[in-house]
Amino acid sequence: MIVEFISRAILLSIPLLFGAVGEILTEKSGHLNLGIPGIMYGGAIGGVIGAFLYENACGNVAENMNPFLAILIPLLSSMIFSMLMGLIYSFMTVTLRANQNVTGLALTTFGIGLGNFFGGSLTKLVQSDLPSIALTKTSRFFKAELPFAKDLGWFGEIFLSHDFLAYSAILIAVLASIFLTKTRVGLNLRAVGENPATADAAGINVTAYKYAGTIIGSAIAGLGGLQYVMAYADGVWSNNAFGDRGWMAIALVIFALWKPSMAILGSFLFGALCNANNYLKGLGTETQELFKMLPYIVTLIVLIITSMRKKREHQPPESLGLPYFREER
Amino acid sequence: MSQKIKKHHEPLIHIVKRDDLLGWQAWGIRLAAIAVGVLLIGVISSLLTGENFFKVYDIMFSGVFGRIFEGKTSMLWKYLQDTAILLCLGLAVAPAFKMKFWNCGAEGQALVGGLAAMFCMITFGGKISEFLLVPIVIAASILAGAIWGVIPAIFKAKWNTNETLFTLMMNYMATQLIAYYVYIVGGGSNVITPVSTGALPVIGNLQYLLNVLIVAALTVAMYVFLRYSKQGYEIAVVGESQNTARYIGINVKKVFLRTMMLSGAVCGVAGMLLVAGTDHSINTNTVGGQGFTAIMVAWLGKFNPFVMALMSGLIIFLRTGAAKVADSNFLNSSFADISVGIVILLLVGCEFFVQYSVRLRRAKKEVEA
Repeated sequence: MIVEFISRAILLSIPLLFGAVGEILTEKSGHLNLGIPGIMYGGAIGGVIGAFLYENACGNVAENMNPFLAILIPLLSSMIFSMLMGLIYSFMTVTLRANQNVTGLALTTFGIGLGNFFGGSLTKLVQSDLPSIALTKTSRFFKAELPFAKDLGWFGEIFLSHDFLAYSAILIAVLASIFLTKTRVGLNLRAVGENPATADAAGINVTAYKYAGTIIGSAIAGLGGLQYVMAYADGVWSNNAFGDRGWMAIALVIFALWKPSMAILGSFLFGALCNANNYLKGLGTETQELFKMLPYIVTLIVLIITSMRKKREHQPPESLGLPYFREER
Repeated sequence: MSQKIKKHHEPLIHIVKRDDLLGWQAWGIRLAAIAVGVLLIGVISSLLTGENFFKVYDIMFSGVFGRIFEGKTSMLWKYLQDTAILLCLGLAVAPAFKMKFWNCGAEGQALVGGLAAMFCMITFGGKISEFLLVPIVIAASILAGAIWGVIPAIFKAKWNTNETLFTLMMNYMATQLIAYYVYIVGGGSNVITPVSTGALPVIGNLQYLLNVLIVAALTVAMYVFLRYSKQGYEIAVVGESQNTARYIGINVKKVFLRTMMLSGAVCGVAGMLLVAGTDHSINTNTVGGQGFTAIMVAWLGKFNPFVMALMSGLIIFLRTGAAKVADSNFLNSSFADISVGIVILLLVGCEFFVQYSVRLRRAKKEVEA
């Protein structure tokens, strides 16, 4: 049972990890993107639309589907959706100088609406006779696991039985961590988030970094939505099933102290906390509801402690959420 | 620096801050943005549904107001009620946002307000007289909202803890508290059957009239508070510049605490109106994400309560209307969120053209010559 618990916690943690790493990159550019929950919905529905159209084109027969295309098409369409939403956010906040919080919240409303609308109406819109969206065939390609995972007992189930997106999430987190601490571009990005005026004076193109950080961050976050639908939900879309995972990803960013490598551990802890109530047999349902509060309480405590200790390396990017207009310094 | 030094040249377009825009011109730009949004919604929905472009607006209008011309006002009242609740939440976040305290926790503050009302209605219902119970319900929800609102402010004042993230986390704690309470009271059915004890009285037979009146009174009160009171002025100064505020002797921390208490209290009122005034029951979806929409209402209304009233009216109209358009074509009613999102994004974006003007290079040379 403990093996199943850990394996399940990992599965639950992956969308959070994608969302958190995407949001970390975004926040490092100085953007507190509250549109992430909507962008994750957007990424999810983008992938669903891509997969749905491809399955339809193949006449809904698994044998006609090319495994490579079955993964590539949803992946690309998911990233196109989330990157477009990231582009809207950057265009609004950088070019049109709109307020970040309001833009982000509007984007969340828009994204969740987008996801639920197409999720609930796609079959009707393409006049398909399927009752609802169940992309089990595509999901099977996404969930393909290593052939020898089953033979390795508990080790196989915990470490090797996951879908390829789960491993990509961890890889992306590690790469993002190296990117932010070891590369020139990464350091420049951080400079933009800490103090855009100084970065500008040093010849860094603040606008370009803000756009790039936000759009790439959105693409990564969107993959979280895709992984949820294709791997966790077996390709079955149900409205609002993604829930408040987007907000939890934002919580995870704080918990991880804006470090992608910490987000890996943090996401696993969050996944375990979200899941633990199902495994603690002594708990009544009412206590389980209180138990679900834990990730948020833990995050709050981390938020409070970091703000109290004022340790410099644990602070949010200095100009997080603040606008930067060159002529208003 | 490895960059090549470019020959100096003037950019093709440049942005100039406006200071000469008249009020009606600014509102003209905003109205144009709304018009573009409404047109876009019409185009998108007629593309999606194959419905006639003009028919879409017909469905929207009759979907929101019903057969109002035949004297049937029930839909109108529902519309006013929804607008009032959204406005009430907007009124709550306006003072906080005006002092640049990003209170994203209206959702949670309203939920605990509603929870407090529900708790009193269930616990004391039937045990004490109705005349005593109703004030208790009102006071409890205001108090609960104020407490939920002031907690992030305490940490912000003392340790400068990021309030956006703090208030967001508190939303989900409130949601789970309600889930917990609903389970205890509902006993597994996950529903609280409506309780009539301690509910707000109904004026005549108009179910929503009292709610609308309360919010109307709050709107005027908030306008006076922000515009003419000393405290309201302090909020404006803190929002413009905390250093200035400190310099002229305003206790910024005190303003934070006081304003957030007010903000939370008004959210508590909204929760109370929903629970004691409307549903007589509560669930985790009672506020239904309107706490976030309210932030946009406050922002779009420039913290002017009367403009905010118009904005809530617009958003509720779009939301209800777009949902009806989608429903009548058997599409998912989340089309409402898409429509609201589009119009808000356009409105937020158009502020750029209110504050700045974009000039082409050539145009400027002519001015100089």
